[in-house]
Amino acid sequence: MAIKYTDNEMMSISAGRFIKDGDIVFAGTGVSMLAATAAKRIYAPKAVIFFETGGVDPVLDEIPMAVSDLRVMSGTCLNSGLIEAFSIVGHRKLHTIAFLGAAQIDKYGNLNTTVIGDYHRPKTRFSGSGGACDVSSFASGVITFMQHEKRRFVEKLDYLTSVGWYKGGDSRKELGLQRGGALAVVTNLCVMKFDDETKEMYLSEYYPGISVEKIVESTGFEIDVSRAVESLPPSEENLRVLREEVDPQRLIL
Amino acid sequence: MSMYPEIADKLMGLDEAVKRFIKDGCQLAIGGFTIVRNPMAVAYEIVRQRVKDIHLVCHSHGQALDVLIGAGCVKRLEIAYGGNGRYAPTCIRFKKAIQRGELQFEDYSNYQMSLRFLAGALGIPFISTKSGLGSDLLNLEGFPKEIRRERKVAIKKFAIMQNPFNEEEDKVVLLPALTPDVALVHAQYVGDDGTVRIKGLTFADVEQAKSADIVIVTCEEIIPRSFIRLDPDQNTLPPFFVDAIVKVPYGAHPTGCLAFYDYDPKHLNLYKKIAGDDELFKQYLDEWVYGVSTFDEYLDKVGRKMLFKIKANPIVGYAQGLDRK
Repeated sequence: MAIKYTDNEMMSISAGRFIKDGDIVFAGTGVSMLAATAAKRIYAPKAVIFFETGGVDPVLDEIPMAVSDLRVMSGTCLNSGLIEAFSIVGHRKLHTIAFLGAAQIDKYGNLNTTVIGDYHRPKTRFSGSGGACDVSSFASGVITFMQHEKRRFVEKLDYLTSVGWYKGGDSRKELGLQRGGALAVVTNLCVMKFDDETKEMYLSEYYPGISVEKIVESTGFEIDVSRAVESLPPSEENLRVLREEVDPQRLIL
Repeated sequence: MSMYPEIADKLMGLDEAVKRFIKDGCQLAIGGFTIVRNPMAVAYEIVRQRVKDIHLVCHSHGQALDVLIGAGCVKRLEIAYGGNGRYAPTCIRFKKAIQRGELQFEDYSNYQMSLRFLAGALGIPFISTKSGLGSDLLNLEGFPKEIRRERKVAIKKFAIMQNPFNEEEDKVVLLPALTPDVALVHAQYVGDDGTVRIKGLTFADVEQAKSADIVIVTCEEIIPRSFIRLDPDQNTLPPFFVDAIVKVPYGAHPTGCLAFYDYDPKHLNLYKKIAGDDELFKQYLDEWVYGVSTFDEYLDKVGRKMLFKIKANPIVGYAQGLDRK
């Protein structure tokens, strides 16, 4: 019988697979917190999780509900502040991967977490950049979590909060940003990556049981699906770690 | 004779601290971050004294920000993020106020705001970074043009220039310094010599405090000079930066305070339930802010049971196993 798992579980495991030992992982709230913790416990025990608030390498026996949560200050190697945290994100000798979420994304992985509608008098106002604009400027790579809906995968963002590959090609570098860019997008349907040359999003993996057609229909711009393969589902051991170690209180899962 | 002669001139009650230092139209920086170490006791007192037209400057803020906006104390806002973590991904009154056009607002990022406070603390007029190149943060201005010459409002949001130390094309962003009238800090400890000790993450509290004209510190405990100077590596601010000290145990409730108490999930959920409705929010303020005359009375309403539940294990720093749903 096939193993049963939820969207959040599949997304956490899929994102975790990108993390390698030695990576410095910047985690936000929600699924990103699960993915970072899962990555460290399953794939990359020597990865270090840290938060924009300044907590470095917390023990995370309980899942934090915000990046300022007291749990990100517990069992750390260092408790510092925002300026110190951003000196880590952009540090030239560190390989830093950031997990972000967004309300909208475009085909170059640029993100909107600010408004839907007019900026000054929006239909919907969101939280704003927080540290997202900063980490997308400085991190070695960004992995974004998205609910896969047409209104979220858009041709043009209502507001560009965080720069991915900007307008594609070399345009990110030309802005004056020295490294980084969008590495992958992990959704409830699939994993997308970005073409090395054009920097356009393409379908890399579709989850078991999800059709390529459904993904194409749920995306508001054209995507290349010629490189797509089916994802490996999470193993029983993966799920055990997520459910028993990462989020035993089931606050996010 | 005061119990604490060295800080006798700085020790005061919440009402006096707010009355003396927080004026209509002042620029205010609040310490903490989303659901941790918000200076709630002072925020409630600001609401009770009906201070108006505040120009709030902050990075990522949650509960204190939302209560101040919801109560109509804030006219102008420079901000990176308004959210209460999983309890409100976007702060509810903040969201409403912007959607209704009730606030003048300017968006920056966390790092940008932290750097602006640092510039203010260092006494330099602006600071450079590469953060935000290509984004709408460095494209769209939120503040209307006509307020650009007003007190403590920068004449423009940012500037982009060529790095003068590089002959090749290399763009940098310049951001205007912030020098708020008042900064609020909630700390675990203040020494009876006035030294401040924040335990856990300091966020941008230190830069904010050093950039401000007046610093109001609320604290959980006042501890002897002999103790706070035993391990000065742990201290956050020297006494001379601090203008007012108010002892307010649980002064960050319903946000958390490392090693003292966790955030209060029940209260944050209650707030989430009522904050979206104007009438219910008004009732909330009547009940929890206007309806109580002291912070002790407020804590009575929270109740002994909940205060025990959120009490932190002082070794791990939080309330283990607390029901946080």
